Amino acid sequence: MNLRYVGESALLVETEDAEQAQALRRALLELAIPGLRELVPGQSSLLIGADPLSMDMDALAAKLADLQLKAQRLAPREHEFLTQYCGDDLAAVAKFTGLEPAEVVRRHTSSTYEVAFLGFAPGFAYLTGLDTVLRLPRRTEPRTRVPAGSVAIADGFTGIYPQASPGGWHILGHASVKLFDASRAEPALLTPGDRVRFKVHP
Amino acid sequence: MIEVLHPGRLSSIQDLGRNGYAHLGVPTAGAADGFSLRVANRLVGNPDTHAAFEMTAEGPALRFGEDICLALAGGRLDAQLDGEPVPMYQTLMVKAGSELRCGRVMDGWRSYLAVAGGIDAAPVLGSCSRDTLSGLGPEPLETGVSLKSGVVSAMAAGFYLRTPPRYGQAVCLRILAGPQQDWFAPEALLALRGETYRVQAQSDRVGVRLDGVVLGRSRAEELPSMGMVTGAVQVPPSGKPIALLADHGATGGYPVIAVVIAADLPLLAQLAPGGEVRFSDVSREQALAALQEREARLARDVVAADAGLLAARALMSLAGGHASLRQAAISDGTRRIRIRK
Repeated sequence: MNLRYVGESALLVETEDAEQAQALRRALLELAIPGLRELVPGQSSLLIGADPLSMDMDALAAKLADLQLKAQRLAPREHEFLTQYCGDDLAAVAKFTGLEPAEVVRRHTSSTYEVAFLGFAPGFAYLTGLDTVLRLPRRTEPRTRVPAGSVAIADGFTGIYPQASPGGWHILGHASVKLFDASRAEPALLTPGDRVRFKVHP
Repeated sequence: MIEVLHPGRLSSIQDLGRNGYAHLGVPTAGAADGFSLRVANRLVGNPDTHAAFEMTAEGPALRFGEDICLALAGGRLDAQLDGEPVPMYQTLMVKAGSELRCGRVMDGWRSYLAVAGGIDAAPVLGSCSRDTLSGLGPEPLETGVSLKSGVVSAMAAGFYLRTPPRYGQAVCLRILAGPQQDWFAPEALLALRGETYRVQAQSDRVGVRLDGVVLGRSRAEELPSMGMVTGAVQVPPSGKPIALLADHGATGGYPVIAVVIAADLPLLAQLAPGGEVRFSDVSREQALAALQEREARLARDVVAADAGLLAARALMSLAGGHASLRQAAISDGTRRIRIRK
């Protein structure tokens, strides 16, 4: 694990993958270190935000090197999302990949995905396990508004937009699901490690 | 009750933000200039964490339903209370029925209005801050809306700030090397430290967008999405840097060339479109010392005063602007006030 300072108030630990970042987060939560503000796992990193006035960042960095990470796999929750594959980019994705639109849909619904980490917007989950043929870069021109519930792909991930927002992913379809609700005890529906499948809405 | 007669350009309720939810993709939000929010709160005897109004570019018009104690901090606001100009940075006792009419933010970009007891809004995930990116928290101010102030815990006689900050529109922000500094060409690292960047009009609470010499990369691949911090200077494919503010996304996918030190985040938040920015390196030790110095100033410089002294300071403040305050010699014991220009 490589370590970089991010300003005077944060450390970035570069990990092998998202799973290791989650394991590191769990290990730090268990230690209940006072002065920590945020533990933000990414695709292959964990950002550790702290109050530099009460936390010796160098001491924290030293502590990280000694941490023992446990592979802690609770039984993952499973989700299935009914999806209407009528997205604005379905035809373009078909063209780009050389597949028929129906084949794009077949491939997108064939995989079981795993939540790697959350980011971009409240409750937005980055799902890994996308069919390699569907791995496209983001759109060159991001849309100023992507509707809530849009099922989209980009950069080897698939995901669902929890709310209307600007976005640069390719929209394949729409699923009616409330991914984030601040009034719930667990505001985000999806949590790292969860399994997700998409099914064609009949 | 605080009735909104006119909302201003972008007035929202902010506190110190939504901490501890970034792993769910939730931005921190909170006051863009957290220092000014804390000053405003202290001037009315509130804890730092109370919610107040953040007013961008142009403030609102408000009517107060009952007697209330308030204070203005941050960017110098052109404001009138029942037709009389209002001084910044001191406690004001306002009578029921009074109207505060705010004009432009004259110096800086964001002003803060705190009332004793704070603004009483429903917290979302532990914070009353409006997050303009994801829409969490109370709606921005709108005409006709009425808001309540919270319970006043302890009211001292009054306070003023001894050394009000000044917000230039040509500032030097101190930076530390970013975590992806090695993704950039050597010329880019030099340009960031040698050239002047101009604040673009599209800047908002998510980030201050800068225009200037394009920052080229030495590594072309995409950055894996990672957690972001306020003050991070991100460089998108255009090569034009964006310095992140309070509503930035919890994660981001552009390399971070530098990070503005915490002590200078208020200066960043107070930059108006057209403002000019230069960057200069400091060490982590210097960054920490600057932050400690700022905290010490906050503890030292919000000082209690009686009504007579506040009235005198208000006069001076309005007569001569902030510069004269520093030159003013005040003899409180004998109530004699001398203004040296």
